[in-house]
Amino acid sequence: MLVLDKLAVAYGPHVVVKDVSLALAEGQIGCLVGPSGCGKTTLLRAIAGFEPAASGSISLQQQVVSDQHTQLATEQRRVGMVFQDFALFPHLSVADNISFGLQGQSQTFKQDKVKQLLHLVGLPDLASRYPHQLSGGQQQRVALARALAPEPQVLLLDEPFSSLDAELREALARDIRHILQQLRITAVMVTHDQFEAFTMADMVGVMQHGKLQQWATPYELYHKPASRFVADFVGRGVLLPGEMLDAGRVKTCLGIFNQRYLQNASSGDKVDVLIRPDDVVHDDASGITAKVLEKSFRGSHILYTLALGGGEQVYCLALSHHNHAIDEQIGIRLDLDHLVLFPRI
Amino acid sequence: MLSLKADIWRWSVLIPALLLAMPVLVVFGSVLSPDIEVWRHLRQTVLADYITNSLLLAFGTGAGALLIGTGTAWLVSQYQFIGRRVLQWLLLLPLAMPAYIIAYTYTGMFDFAGPLQSALRNYFGWRYGDYWFPEIRSLTGAILMLSLVLYPYVYMLARTAFREQSSSMLEASRTLGFSPRQHFWKVALPLARPALLTGVALAMMEAFADYGTVQYFGIATFTTGIFRTWFGMGSQGGAAQLAALLSSFVLVLLVLEQWSRRKIRYFYQGQRQQVSALRSLPVARQLLVALLCLLPVLLGFVIPASQLASWALPNWQQLFAADFVRLIWNSFSLAAMAAILSVMLALLFAYASRLRRDPFVRLPVRMAALGYAIPGTVIAIGVMIPLAWLDRNIDLLAEQWFDIRTGLLLSGTLFALLLAYSTRFLAVSLHSVEAGLERIKPSMDNAARSLGASPLQVLRRVHIPLLRGSVLTALMLVFVDVLKELPATLILRPFNFNTLAVRTYELASDERLADAALPALAIVCVSIIPVILLSRTLDASRGS
Repeated sequence: MLVLDKLAVAYGPHVVVKDVSLALAEGQIGCLVGPSGCGKTTLLRAIAGFEPAASGSISLQQQVVSDQHTQLATEQRRVGMVFQDFALFPHLSVADNISFGLQGQSQTFKQDKVKQLLHLVGLPDLASRYPHQLSGGQQQRVALARALAPEPQVLLLDEPFSSLDAELREALARDIRHILQQLRITAVMVTHDQFEAFTMADMVGVMQHGKLQQWATPYELYHKPASRFVADFVGRGVLLPGEMLDAGRVKTCLGIFNQRYLQNASSGDKVDVLIRPDDVVHDDASGITAKVLEKSFRGSHILYTLALGGGEQVYCLALSHHNHAIDEQIGIRLDLDHLVLFPRI
Repeated sequence: MLSLKADIWRWSVLIPALLLAMPVLVVFGSVLSPDIEVWRHLRQTVLADYITNSLLLAFGTGAGALLIGTGTAWLVSQYQFIGRRVLQWLLLLPLAMPAYIIAYTYTGMFDFAGPLQSALRNYFGWRYGDYWFPEIRSLTGAILMLSLVLYPYVYMLARTAFREQSSSMLEASRTLGFSPRQHFWKVALPLARPALLTGVALAMMEAFADYGTVQYFGIATFTTGIFRTWFGMGSQGGAAQLAALLSSFVLVLLVLEQWSRRKIRYFYQGQRQQVSALRSLPVARQLLVALLCLLPVLLGFVIPASQLASWALPNWQQLFAADFVRLIWNSFSLAAMAAILSVMLALLFAYASRLRRDPFVRLPVRMAALGYAIPGTVIAIGVMIPLAWLDRNIDLLAEQWFDIRTGLLLSGTLFALLLAYSTRFLAVSLHSVEAGLERIKPSMDNAARSLGASPLQVLRRVHIPLLRGSVLTALMLVFVDVLKELPATLILRPFNFNTLAVRTYELASDERLADAALPALAIVCVSIIPVILLSRTLDASRGS
């Protein structure tokens, strides 16, 4: 169980992480995403105990491990970490790498643990190999096994897939999620790849300029982004200009929509409406048409970029057999489950 | 046509390579016809001494170099302290101090008539026998001297090894419950082990090869034994067999060195260069660390160099004496010739290896490059024996057929010296040239050709500009190595042909230490150049 309370981390006078609060229940997997330099890695390193807290606190299992006054040494925190470059010890065999953190345990205990973990990560036969004899994906699995061996309270993963091939990433991410769920390990992962985050995480945090913009489930993050930045950063979409007719309805060039969530809006307010590609449904029967500007074939779907009458552009994710040529006018309608509005700036 | 060209490359490599490998082959071949009489005598008398002393010297020096080199490298690579940036290259300086020169200098300072003991006697009113003073002319003294000038081999490799350990290694250890101190012993040191072993092996090879120091200190080792057996007992065969035995010790080290180098490659494969931040220290600790790092520099370079300077200064007029100018001319022209020859051979070998990647080229080249591990004394013996044999037979044949006495055509001439130097230092030039050539990717040749350049133009417009730096480096390194070389020069030089190194040795042997200071200082000054070069490449490799 991990709780961050108003955590700030600074390098000298330079505050890198500000006012971050979040909580993960036991067995939950959290992911931090954000553009590079947003402070996500620093946040992770603060949880590991490599960086001190400037203010606020970090608690593991109800015990404060970092705050302004205390900083429990990393080696006493029982955190496991998987590094971007894996950081396997090249002078030790796979088995010795995994049992490295089990100092003071009996030989048989170590052997059993190594065997069990290698089985878990799907490399039962590689115990006596050395890191340089392994592929990148295998090294990654060994790094995970090594971090899990001392049964850490929380597992930290720092861009664990960034040095792997694209095909390998997704498979490995799924496998690792499976393993972590099986062991009920609380984990925090840092990544710059939001789809990786969506695959892995129960909770995703989006960071910008050292602040946690939103901490929510992947579904919420995508469909109910809390800020323009999150809306823009997560997924694809456009902000379509609109105008409030009253507190409950908004008018756009694609029609008038009912707004369930009132956000102190009053009639005449200028707003932007978030339109995801899957909100725009291709419908030949629809009265509203748009011109195809670009199309990108995605196998089962085609992602169209469409121009509306007033020059606005939207994306439309259509089934792949609705194949239209560029410059063709096609019928669309909006299928909005809920509206996401931001006041126009 | 193609096979003919291939043959040209192969033959043009094979013949010089065999010539360079000859000294080593001759020495090992001598084992086949042992000089039983001399061998029995040696075994009954001094052989055990040779073996024990050589082994003690090598292992003692290895241990000393390991201690100083690893310690300073760890401090310089991990901590931020006052003067760190300067110290990290100052620590290389003792490389410029040949072992025999530091030995003469310290002897001059510490022996009975030297300034230190004289001052002590004056101050306390002691006389001979009243007090105990450590004897510098001893095995322990030799180990100390050699460790002081050879530790940079360990230091260089260790510094790089420690520096290149990714910072996430330390962090990984800590997440697994290890303190930074435990990390040093459990991870950092074992990780650097191949690098440390390589450095120690190199230092031990140099210790085995040392002649000047042990001869001056009167320690019976293999190298002094080879001299005695050849010149004292007049047994070429016995000397060659001693040389073979010494070489087999060195070859063990060579195997160790090569094996460790391969391990280094594995150990750093696929790791990102996340250089860890230096750890800060309180000021008092910083001073202590800086002092610790300064100590080997002072003892290994500054003190002996200043002593040499203070001896040489009163004799500065000698600089312009005909004698000294002649000495400089001999040394420099010889070193320049050897450097040019060695680099030309290296270019030939490197290009042949690049163009013909087959064992017929690779094997002879590797064999020719073996010489760097073989002590100069051994190489001199290996050059002398076949050349003397050739001279005898040419002389005989010439007399029979043409009634001319040809005398010494090859042995006792510059040819013999140049052959010995090329054998010993080919690896140095080859290493530089190959490193330079490696940067010129084959795709660059193709690119230049596709842009319309002829093969000759490719050479002129791409290869030569890119290789110039490494060729110059190779020239410089061989030049300085030849300048410092003592035992082979001593054996093979033409009659009455003196070099700086030989003159230093002769004067010091005659206990004319102050007179020896000037040539010694000249060698030290020139030797600083490659050290500066080295420190720059080390810095560059770290910066990238």
